[in-house]
Amino acid sequence: MASTPEENDRNSKLRSVSVDLNNDASLMIDIPDALCERDKVKFTVHTKTTLDAFQKPEFSVPRQHEDFIWLHDTLDETEEYAGLIIPPSPPKPDFESPREKMHKLGEGEATMTKEEYTKMKQELEAEYLAVFKKTVQVHEVFLQRLSSHPVLSKDRNFQIFLEYEQDLSVRRKNAKEMFGGFFKNMVKTADEVIISGIKEVDDFFDQEKTFLLDYYNKIRDATTKAEKMTRAHKNVADDYIHFSATLDSLSADESTALKMYLLKLAELFEKLRKVEGRVASDEDLKLTELLRYYMRDIQAAKDLLYRRARALADYESSNKALDKARLKSKEVQQAEEHQQLCCQKFEKLSESGKRELISFKGRRVVAFRKNLIEMAELEIKHAKSSVSLLQSCIDMLKTN
Amino acid sequence: MATEREPPPLGDAEQTDFRELEDGDDLFISTASTLESSPTSPEPASLPAEDICANSNGPQPAEISLDDDLEDLFAEATEEVSLDSPEREPILSDEPSPAVTPVTPTALVTPRVEPKTIFVPAMFERSKEELEEEANGDSFDMEIVVSDPEKVGDGMNAYMAYKVTTKTSLTIFNENEFSVKRRFSDFLGLHSKLATKYMHIGYIVPPAPEKSIVGMTKVKVGKEDSSSTEFVEKRRAALERYLERTVKHPTLLHDPDVMQFLESSELPRAVSTQALSGAGILRMVNKAAEAVNKMTIKMNESDAWFEEKQQQFENLDQQLRKLHTSVESLVCHRKELSVNTAAFAKSAAMLGNSEDHTALSRALSQLAEVEEKIDQLHQEQAYADFYLFAELLSDYVRLLTAVKGVFDQRMKTWQKWQDAQAMLQKKREAESKLQFANKPDKLQQAKDEIREWEGKVQQGERDFEQISKTIRKEVGRFEKERVRDFKAVIIKYLESLVQTQQQLIKYWEAFLPEAKAIA
Repeated sequence: MASTPEENDRNSKLRSVSVDLNNDASLMIDIPDALCERDKVKFTVHTKTTLDAFQKPEFSVPRQHEDFIWLHDTLDETEEYAGLIIPPSPPKPDFESPREKMHKLGEGEATMTKEEYTKMKQELEAEYLAVFKKTVQVHEVFLQRLSSHPVLSKDRNFQIFLEYEQDLSVRRKNAKEMFGGFFKNMVKTADEVIISGIKEVDDFFDQEKTFLLDYYNKIRDATTKAEKMTRAHKNVADDYIHFSATLDSLSADESTALKMYLLKLAELFEKLRKVEGRVASDEDLKLTELLRYYMRDIQAAKDLLYRRARALADYESSNKALDKARLKSKEVQQAEEHQQLCCQKFEKLSESGKRELISFKGRRVVAFRKNLIEMAELEIKHAKSSVSLLQSCIDMLKTN
Repeated sequence: MATEREPPPLGDAEQTDFRELEDGDDLFISTASTLESSPTSPEPASLPAEDICANSNGPQPAEISLDDDLEDLFAEATEEVSLDSPEREPILSDEPSPAVTPVTPTALVTPRVEPKTIFVPAMFERSKEELEEEANGDSFDMEIVVSDPEKVGDGMNAYMAYKVTTKTSLTIFNENEFSVKRRFSDFLGLHSKLATKYMHIGYIVPPAPEKSIVGMTKVKVGKEDSSSTEFVEKRRAALERYLERTVKHPTLLHDPDVMQFLESSELPRAVSTQALSGAGILRMVNKAAEAVNKMTIKMNESDAWFEEKQQQFENLDQQLRKLHTSVESLVCHRKELSVNTAAFAKSAAMLGNSEDHTALSRALSQLAEVEEKIDQLHQEQAYADFYLFAELLSDYVRLLTAVKGVFDQRMKTWQKWQDAQAMLQKKREAESKLQFANKPDKLQQAKDEIREWEGKVQQGERDFEQISKTIRKEVGRFEKERVRDFKAVIIKYLESLVQTQQQLIKYWEAFLPEAKAIA
């Protein structure tokens, strides 16, 4: 689906969880197009650049979700970037909810009128489209975070991702590597336990650790609850469809003065359900998606802390090794070099880590502010339009 | 000629049945005038006057005694068919039968209603309508409130007592404001009495609220949670609506059982209300309907109106049930939304506490507060969805069952009439056979039996006419009520939605500056 100017506009409004990232003309990335084939989504990644590192000034490549994951994991494992917050990988496209609803709708087709069925189907198609748009946005933001990062934008693998015209599956993790990654995660978790016991020397990082660990749990809980809330809201909006349709059939059979009343009521609820549906989807985008995004971002920040703690542990053990070597007067040179390396690594990590975490906080606060304001404004707008719809219906019915 | 007549001395009862005399001759001074197509001596069918007087507790089908008192033909009012109704035709049959039918209680049990002094010819129906208009229209002044549910007793013998307060300016009551204590079985008892008295002659008696074993057990056991409070409130509201509907019916309003229910401080305990619950009565009615259907009555419907109406009510019933289901789903989802919003509010509060950026932390706490208020709002809206709309719909679904029952009663009445005709035919055949046998005793007996069954046939016909007429009127009233009820509820419901949305605007407008204050 090629995007029109209006769609681009809407897309940029959707892209609200993060501040505008795509304004550096030297490297601009977007996903103008995406195709949905059964379970697979094929994204068209479009790049415009003035940098010499690239072969052409403008180009597009097709990419799958797995390619994004590969890119993220590659960056995550790069030693050099240990002191950076790696932007969280986009979540897998999840069409489960609308698909399930579509299935249920098909089963219940016999129980509803043709109009009702059509409306429900339209509603589900819109839901499907919303999920689709969300997944495009989330993949796009991932790339844009990379492109606007001073260090990560220069990564070779990133360039390959953007440019390489062939299928990336060759470079993607093969089964062995994937298992390796799985074990690595397990080891990491075990290490985290050990490392959280390490005495922190730096106040800043000490506070950050406490804060991030706690905040992560809270925001994860808030994300789940927000999602339940917006889903329940959507259910109410859907109920209005059935309500309106039944009122319509009632009105058709009615011969008394009630006929007009019921008809007007049916029309009203058809309009109201659209408003309610928009309330639900706005809440979803501005609140649930916001929380979800920053939950993942905080996980990335936690990962940074973990890497630093690991480096600290290495540094401390290298110190001990050096002491031991000095004691035994054996391989002191080696131990000294090793200790130096660990020290440098640790200090570099700490320095960059601190920078990253501070800018992360700023980013988070700005994003929350923007989204909370937008959500409140939208809620007010929708409630006002509901009031006007309801009031005009009441007035019309009362004068009759 | 028929313009000025004095109200016939009929005790306390009001004279409401008048018919223009065709030839003005046969005026039976004792009570009402009758329609006599010919001065030939009418068939002996007398109505004992006492049957239909104020003393009775309700209309009894007029007993036709084969008294030879031919003069005392019209001890009581005449047939309640206006001159122009098509139902009149069968009455003006070959056999000039004095069309006598029992007068409905409205006309009789109204000791304080002024008897009308102006008798308009063939205006019986209208004058009665005027009465009903008075009862229903602007001058209807009666307010019933069911309140203060109070648990009486302990354990499984406990019950809820409700206060029933009546405020009225109608003169049939002793006072303008009075209240009594009633329990649920009292309401059921009242309904069962009314149903027994009125349904078989075509009156749509509002059904009583349903019994609920689960609900009541919780209350008895003393479970003080929100579900039992909700149950009691639901029941209280249902009982109130039930009484309101009952007294809106002009006939039922004047019923002594109803008045006693509202007024007297002591009420004899209604027994065996298990069978007499609203559901019980409706089950009885339904069984009767089934029986009627099983008899495969191929009724010779002379009046398409009844068929049309039955079909219409069938459709309406289906649609209302569907609508009710959809409203129930809405209520359920809104309650879910309320619960989820509350959960989110708590979570947001925790997040706000955890946030280390001061301004953002405060904004998140404010968000939590807003969401908490909104969850309350959703819950209240769910209540409105339920108490306004869902309960109205379920009331009408049950009312429609009563309506259907009444149509079926008409079928039964018709069948009874047909059966009587068949029996009469048999007796006639028997008699004609006996004509040629030399058995004077048996012949006399046969003649007597013929007379008996002729009377029954006439009565059957009259009953059928009567119930048809009553149903027409009842249906008219029912439809008017339905339109009024629905209109009122729809407006109220929409207004509740407006309120909710306006509150939402307030809450979010209060939050907006907080969000903007995040620096």
